[in-house]
This record gives sequence, C-alpha cells and structure tokens, in this order.
Amino acid sequence: MPLTEQQRQEAADRLLQAERTCTAIDPLTQLYPGIQVADSYDVQLRVIKAKTAAGARIVGKKIGLTSTAMQQQLGITSPDYGHLLTTLAVDDNGEFERARLIWPRIEPEIAFVLERPLRGPGINIAQVLAATAYVTPAFEIIDSRIKDWKIKFEDTVADNGSSAGHVLGTQRRRPDELDLRLTGVVFMQNGEDIGYSSGAAALGNPAAAVAWLANALADYGIGLDAGEVILPGALTKSFDANPGDVFRAEYDGLGSVSVRVV
Amino acid sequence: MSASFDAKALAQRLFEAQRERRAIEPLTAERAISEREAYDVQWALLAEHLAQGGKLAGKKTGLTSLAKQRQMNTNEPLYGYVIDRTILADGAQVSRADFIHPRVECEIAFLMAGRLHGPNVSGSQVLAATRYVMPALEIIDSRFAAFKFTLPDVIADNASAARVVLGGSARSPEGLDLRLVGMLMEINGELVATGSGGAVLGHPADSVAWLVNKMAEMDAGGLEAGDVVMAGGLGEAFPLEAGDYVRAEFAHLGSVGVRCV
Repeated sequence: MPLTEQQRQEAADRLLQAERTCTAIDPLTQLYPGIQVADSYDVQLRVIKAKTAAGARIVGKKIGLTSTAMQQQLGITSPDYGHLLTTLAVDDNGEFERARLIWPRIEPEIAFVLERPLRGPGINIAQVLAATAYVTPAFEIIDSRIKDWKIKFEDTVADNGSSAGHVLGTQRRRPDELDLRLTGVVFMQNGEDIGYSSGAAALGNPAAAVAWLANALADYGIGLDAGEVILPGALTKSFDANPGDVFRAEYDGLGSVSVRVV
Repeated sequence: MSASFDAKALAQRLFEAQRERRAIEPLTAERAISEREAYDVQWALLAEHLAQGGKLAGKKTGLTSLAKQRQMNTNEPLYGYVIDRTILADGAQVSRADFIHPRVECEIAFLMAGRLHGPNVSGSQVLAATRYVMPALEIIDSRFAAFKFTLPDVIADNASAARVVLGGSARSPEGLDLRLVGMLMEINGELVATGSGGAVLGHPADSVAWLVNKMAEMDAGGLEAGDVVMAGGLGEAFPLEAGDYVRAEFAHLGSVGVRCV
C-alpha cells in the first residue's frame, strides 16, 4: 500500500468528520495522489471500525458500480463493495432526514438475505441462490463524503461505496420463485415514473453480483455470514433525494418499497 | 411562397427512398406539414404498399417512451402501419443491405382478438380485446438522413417502420402486470439494455389505447381482430450491423432474436 498507516488513518478520520459535520471534503485521490485500491479498502475498514466502536452494527454489505454505464463513467471494469450499518436502516414506508446527509441519492435494488454463509473463492450463482433465505425489494440511499460526487474509484471505495443507508421492503420471496434477471421494476418519484429496468441491470444477474462479492472478499479472508443483507447493485440510475420527495419502486412478483425524504 | 402540399407525391418520395435504400432530406425542410397532413402522407404511403401487393397486418406506435422521445427530440408518440411481409419469425435473418441505417429495439406485441375503435378507449378495454401478448423486436429504418426529422416527418414515414420480429411464444395478458414485466436485451451476447413494460406510456396497454384513440382522431379507423400491434420500444434503439445477433428476453413472455447478415 503506497500510503503510510498514518495517512490511511488520517483519510478515515477526514471521511468520518465529513459525515459527522455534513461537510464534504476534497477527493482523497487529490489529497493523497498515490492512493491505490488496497489503501482505499483499508481506509474503509478503518471508518467501519470507528463506527462499530461507537455502537453501530454491521448488517451486511453493498455492491456498487455494477452497471456498465457506471463502470464506463469511472473507467473501471470491476464493481466495489461497502458495509451496511444499522445507523441508517429505514423501514419500508419510513422516512429519512435530508439534512443529515450531504447530497443524498436513491436507487432501487433487489436485496438478498442469506440463510447460510458464503465463503469464496469459487462461489457461483447457483451457490448464491442456495445460500439465500429470501430476496426483497430495497432502496439504497447513497451519499458522497467527497465534494460534489467528484469521485474516482479509489474515493468511493474508501468512502464505504458512498453508502448512506438502506430501506428493505416487507415482501419476501425465495430466490427460486423468480427469474431475478427478468424481474421488472418501475421506479417512481412523487407518483411519477422515473425509471424502468429489470434485475439484469446489476451485473447481468443480481446473484452474479453477490457471487462476485463473496469471491472478492476471499482476497481478504472474509466470508459472508448467515443473516447478512446484501445489496447487489442499482437497477436504474440514482436520483437526488430532496425533502418532500416520496420514492417508490414496484417489482414484478416482489411487491414494493417506499420511503419519504423529510 | 411555400410549395403546395401533395400527399401522394410526398408518399412516392418516401416509397422510393425505401425501395432504393437511400436517405432523403426531411419533408418539412421544404414546407411546414401539419399532423393531419403528415398522416395523409402516411395513408398515401400505405396505399402504395398495398398497391404493390403488401397486406395490412397491424399497427404500430412510435416514440412512446421518454427515452425514445428524448433520443428523437420530440415529445409526442405517433402511430403507423405494419405490412404483412415485414413481419418475421423468431430467429429470422435480415440483410443489412436491405436497409438504410437500421436500428433495433424491443417491444411487447399485442395480437387483437376483437375490433377496437376509439375514441375514449382505455387500457383495460385494450386488454379485454387482446388475445395474446408476445415478445417482439422491431427494426426501424428512418428514410431521413441521420435519423434527423420532426414529428410530422416521421409520421409521414410510417413511424420509421421496417421489420417486426415476433417471438415464438404467445400468452394471454390475463394475470400479467405488463407494466412490471421485466426485459433485457443483448447484442452479440452483451447486455445493452434492461427495462420494464411501464416504459411505454406507463403501461403497454395504455400505449395501444393511445394508438386507437389517435387513429379515431385522424378518422383512420382503429384496430381489427387479428391485428398485430407493436406497443412501442421499451428502451433505446440500437444500430443494427451485419454480423449482429440481437436477442430480447421478457419475464413471462419468452424471448425473441434476429440475426443480421
């Protein structure tokens, strides 16, 4: 790792303070021009450690940058991941405060909840489906602690995949009851359609994204545990969340999820 | 002095452009054309196709998704006609040389069980008059250079219609929420688009209802039993090149593919 331990801790502290004070910072890729992906994941772990030390619990993981469009935009070919925490877990039909975040955006996903652990390498789609208790509609609320979302891959990785929170729907389906690639979704803002997609938007198959995660974590000797919630990637582009907005996503055969911004 | 309006002459110009696979300038470059005049040209163009041995097999919508309207720089849908010999079966092969600059998009096709004429037809009436819905691809091929046109131009040009490819499976729309039917599209095995039925005017049946009502407004009849109706592209239209294999897969409806040589 090109950065010193001190620099990595400093970067983590800057991100934590940015989040706490709702004040975005300059890109880490500018502050630490030598930063590499391994540094960034180390910074991410330091951020998460600080949060769990302060009482937050890890509920699962998120996968980001799973669409071709996003990958092209950032000039990368692989997704990234981050941690989901209890600190901004919003109930279906619940609300979250815009003012607590910097520049929040929201995107619909199909969440996986595992009933058995998954430990890479060599995890495939079939093993993911077999280890899944259920899938459920979800939103991810994303936010960037980096000014104006001017992120490079190393920035968003360090910033916990730009994760801010998540909303899980209440309908649950066993993964063998659906073709996840073809599960259609309509995304709505204040009653107006803003996005149409299907599950394949997340790395061709949301289960493939989960398999990617299990295998990527194997490099760090980490596995996915039973009970973990996995957000496998956005199905449409993300939309800005402003006070008064009500977002709703309807899924074919999987119900809906809704959240209000206050 | 603006040139006088001759629907037949304009239709002839479009017919020849299609036959000779040669793009022409927009008709509106010479003279403004109203919506009704544009549909008159379309009607004259249909008459020419029928005179040449084509048979009317159905209708199609165009520019029914926000994405397509944005891509084509307009804010209104349109309708056109589907000629029998332009309808191909799943797995068909088309020749790039038969077109000017073809693009392909995926759609849900309706096969009508009964007659349905506007005005005031609703989406639920459309569903009640539908025998089957089918997965489909549409190849569009504007007769205008670089796909640059205004709404009256593309109306006159029969909504850029070129080919329809119908999937091998058909099913009743009953029990399906067509708004939420998911779709994915691949070109040469690469995922290029995902979508859901709502992309066309919120619901494919509403898109067909729009068509029926618009036809009534233009005194052009409506849908007849047996008509194949293309409800509109669910996403972007992608350029079709020789060597391409395009495939679309729909939840509950199956898949449809076409090869271009």
